[in-house]
Amino acid sequence: MSNLPETGRTSRITIRLVVIQILVFSLLLTLGGRLWYLQIRNGDQYTAEAADNHIQQVVAPATRGSILDARGVPLADNETRLVVSASRTDLMKIKDRGKTVLARLAGVLGLKPEDVAAKVRLCDAKTPKPCWAGSPYQPIPITDEATTQQALQIRERQEDFPGITAEPTAVRRYAGPGGSNTAQVLGYLSPVSDEEIAKAKNGRSPLLRSDQVGRSGIERQYDTELRGKAGVTRYEVDNLGRVIGKAKSDKAVPGAAVVTSIDARVQAIAERELDQAMKDARKEIDRNTGVPYKADAGAVVVMESKTGRVVAMASNPTYDPNAWVGGISGKDYKELTGKDSNYPLLNRAIQGQAAPGSIFKVITTTAAVNAGYAFDDGYNCSSSYNIGGQVFKNFESQSHGSINLGRALEVSCDTVFYDLAYRQWQKDGGNKPKNPADWFYKTAHQFGLAKETGIDLPNEVRGRVPDREWKKKYWEANKDTWCKQGDKDDSYAGKIAKENCESGMRMRAGDSVNYSIGQGDTLVTPIQMATIYAAISNGGTLYNPTVGKAVISSDGKEIREIKPTSHGRLPFKGRTRDQIDAALAGVATRGTAAWRFQGWPQNEIPMHAKTGTAEVYGKQTTSWFATYTADYTIVMTISQGGTGSGASGPAVRKIYNGLYGVDDKGKIDEKKALLPHPQTGLPKIEKDGTIEAQPIASPPPSPSGSASDSPSASASDGSSAPPSDGPPSPEQSPSRKEDEDR
Amino acid sequence: MSTAGGYRVRRFTPERGTWSRLTARDSVLRRLDWVMLLAALALSAIGTLLVYSATRNRTELNQGDPYYFLLRNILNTGIGLALALGAVWVGHRALRGAVPILYGISVLFVLAVLTPLGATINGARSWIQLGGGFSIQPSEFTKITIILGMAMLLAGKVDAGDRRQPDHRTVMEALGLAALPIVIILLMPDLGSVMVLVIIVLAALLASGASNRWIVGLVGTGVIGCVLVWQLGVLDEYQINRFAAFANPALDPAGVGYNTNQARIAIGSGGLTGSGLFHGSQTTGQFVPEQQTDFIFTVAGEELGFVGAGAIIFLLGVVLWRACRIARETTELYGTIVAAGIISWFAFQSFENIGMTLGIMPVTGLPLPFVSYGGSSMFAAWIAVGLLQSIKAQRPMSA
Repeated sequence: MSNLPETGRTSRITIRLVVIQILVFSLLLTLGGRLWYLQIRNGDQYTAEAADNHIQQVVAPATRGSILDARGVPLADNETRLVVSASRTDLMKIKDRGKTVLARLAGVLGLKPEDVAAKVRLCDAKTPKPCWAGSPYQPIPITDEATTQQALQIRERQEDFPGITAEPTAVRRYAGPGGSNTAQVLGYLSPVSDEEIAKAKNGRSPLLRSDQVGRSGIERQYDTELRGKAGVTRYEVDNLGRVIGKAKSDKAVPGAAVVTSIDARVQAIAERELDQAMKDARKEIDRNTGVPYKADAGAVVVMESKTGRVVAMASNPTYDPNAWVGGISGKDYKELTGKDSNYPLLNRAIQGQAAPGSIFKVITTTAAVNAGYAFDDGYNCSSSYNIGGQVFKNFESQSHGSINLGRALEVSCDTVFYDLAYRQWQKDGGNKPKNPADWFYKTAHQFGLAKETGIDLPNEVRGRVPDREWKKKYWEANKDTWCKQGDKDDSYAGKIAKENCESGMRMRAGDSVNYSIGQGDTLVTPIQMATIYAAISNGGTLYNPTVGKAVISSDGKEIREIKPTSHGRLPFKGRTRDQIDAALAGVATRGTAAWRFQGWPQNEIPMHAKTGTAEVYGKQTTSWFATYTADYTIVMTISQGGTGSGASGPAVRKIYNGLYGVDDKGKIDEKKALLPHPQTGLPKIEKDGTIEAQPIASPPPSPSGSASDSPSASASDGSSAPPSDGPPSPEQSPSRKEDEDR
Repeated sequence: MSTAGGYRVRRFTPERGTWSRLTARDSVLRRLDWVMLLAALALSAIGTLLVYSATRNRTELNQGDPYYFLLRNILNTGIGLALALGAVWVGHRALRGAVPILYGISVLFVLAVLTPLGATINGARSWIQLGGGFSIQPSEFTKITIILGMAMLLAGKVDAGDRRQPDHRTVMEALGLAALPIVIILLMPDLGSVMVLVIIVLAALLASGASNRWIVGLVGTGVIGCVLVWQLGVLDEYQINRFAAFANPALDPAGVGYNTNQARIAIGSGGLTGSGLFHGSQTTGQFVPEQQTDFIFTVAGEELGFVGAGAIIFLLGVVLWRACRIARETTELYGTIVAAGIISWFAFQSFENIGMTLGIMPVTGLPLPFVSYGGSSMFAAWIAVGLLQSIKAQRPMSA
């Protein structure tokens, strides 16, 4: 060691040491800054990521609630099926990622190994379907149709099938009690989509990946109630997915049962008779076209007159709702939605619209009375009506002389209504309208047309009242096409187009006249007409029709009744109602529907009816039949089915027969009556979830009467039979191409 | 080393008893830098808690005993403290004479790693298995021997008063002395240690007062070396991947980027005060690999938050600040070079270690001094503290 003095340290070294120190502390400062940035500035983001990392949810779906008929008979419930599922987490822990296990499983289940492998792979952008779109921690169902034998094989040799379970699992079942189907009313389920999950995320009932969602009908309308709340067990997992703890978990709440006002027995009859009526109609030759009626679609609604509750609602063509259970096959889906299917998924009772024909006359009658034409005055029912050289014929060109409005309804005299409509049109200013009162259009709106009835089923259509406003909008939307076509085309269609181009924005005399008897551009749905006729029956209250009657929790404790609500009153005085009521009774006893209600115990069960036959451009006529008693209203329609009473009459009569236990001779057998009075009580649901349901006879009690006993159908086409729910002569109605019949 | 120390202790204390030597006015205890010592002790204490938190439920590592790593870490710290004490006792000056032997031993150990005696962990062959679950990482001790060796050579003539700064020949000798173990470690390949050693060499040259040309030349060689290493494909794929993941953390989050990503999530989720010791979900869930060793800082980040993790950086700052003071205040060049070497070692290694968990440095296998679990690194760090204390305590050279 030397005696070098302390000053021997060169300044270069001191400077360098300071540089080192500065470097060192700037490094530490960098670390501190970065730490602040990660933890304080972006801390929330990383907290969320950490939570995603270590919490995994296992979802136990809640049992979906049943859909019951008014007496507690399940229309839709759950059955236990043996579902074989694979746990991806377990499979991934195996050396070959579960390949051999899945192949072995495919062997046991009799499936192709590649199909099984496809089912358990996770969906991503690159993976074609089928693939699993749910949570990878959710057991993935391989099949829900395992036999007990297969399930036993899997469970007994669990060491050969690690990660595979065979468990009895609840699967939706549409039981179809007593031969009813109720497909379109019940709707169907399908797995939830990503968008729906995202949408429902912050709502009151968030969706889970495992959920099935109601897609139509009651299943959709009451989806939240039926679904209940899935149980969620949250596990804290480590980096390998091993469970290291349990986080907050939610217990499953089973879905509530929805009691409907549907009576499965009546529903079965309604479906059967609608189908039969359509089959019968197809045997008839349409005299206008010379070919058999196509009867391609039809619907019937049976409603409680005093509440608007739907007792039966059938739509045809129909389908088996069980096709959707366990995932619909591609083939089935094509059959249900393809062009050739004629769209069986549609509920034509609420989604089918057509011109109403003469059943519209109750509205015209009310409008006329409100416009100041006395009900009991005499109106000339001539065989034809001439407006400026245009001749509008009465049906079958029959003349009835001077009659009051009641008789005009009974015999469905068109010319009486033509005259009323024309006079009113002139009063409103004719082709140069001046503050038109538009009584006939206003009244139609007051009857609730061109508006949803508010039934508790999704996607109800509104129909249409072709008033001035609509005409203007329609003309504006179409004038270019019409004017172009009218210039080029000299054919009949071209002339019509030209006429429409020039005057389509105006309410023409012909439009008003046609409108008055329910022809032309007016569109109504069966449910709208049922609501209207029920309102006539009950004294004027337009009820919002309901299918759901009550929502009852799975333990039967909480009951939410769905009370009838109304959306208005019919715009008539009690006297007018009574007069119309009497006239409609006359229709059933001596008018156009009388031949269908021969022998009906009119004194015991007063029957009211109105027939309608609507013209459809380029198609066969639509059959309408609107009827009511004090308790029930039945409206039926068959597209391209013929006349109102001819095509729909027997079916409606048979539904009444079943309801009241009436036989063809008019004798009432109360024991046979299915539902002489509307069901008022609710089925009881026990604490354990069992339902006290009345037994249902299968097959259901056969309503008496058959086609052969009533006047033969061919007679209805002959001049001997009285139906005169007449369409106007087709050549005079300025028809439009876009006319539709559903 | 401790046996050598013991032998020297007896030789240097002929006239006074041990006790009176410790309590005397000029006693070593009074001349120690207690601030640094306490900061280093605090780091070790925090580290022990973090190691326990990270390992108490890693059953695949702790052989079913949640205290396995805790107890070993305490034992390591104890041994480290003893080694530090030994270093103070022996004194850095006395060690000067033993440097050739120590250097030779360390080179032999490093060489041994490349023989079948060595064990490969995480792609690098840096360990020697001793059996009984013990292993040593010789490159850790190399840091000390290179510092001591270079200091001895570079300061030799200056401290002897022969020259004002080391001549070129001396610098070349010193570089040669450092290069031998560095090349061996590069072959392991333990890139992290090589980076630290290069920084140490640079700092030693800086502190020795060697001509600027050497500094510039060394930096230039370092840059060229990096380019060559990259170009010649000396790096293993896992190392290239680490760099790739560093450049783009979103790259393959399940694979290469997994470490960085999970580390960042762990630290980021800690927020201001953290989730509480033993309550970190990332830590409990073992999402961060190597969490008790290289990624120990993520435990602090998650469970102690900005406050706790910041405290670690602060304590490291305290140690380095005191070390810088010692480096500046010591009168002999030998001590200055040793202190500067240790400073650069601690600073760079801490920066690299914490930086990689924060995503601002690429991932390399370097422990955090005092905090990470690991015997060799713990021993080396504490020996270094002992050397610093010795430099401070023995300042009055005439003593």
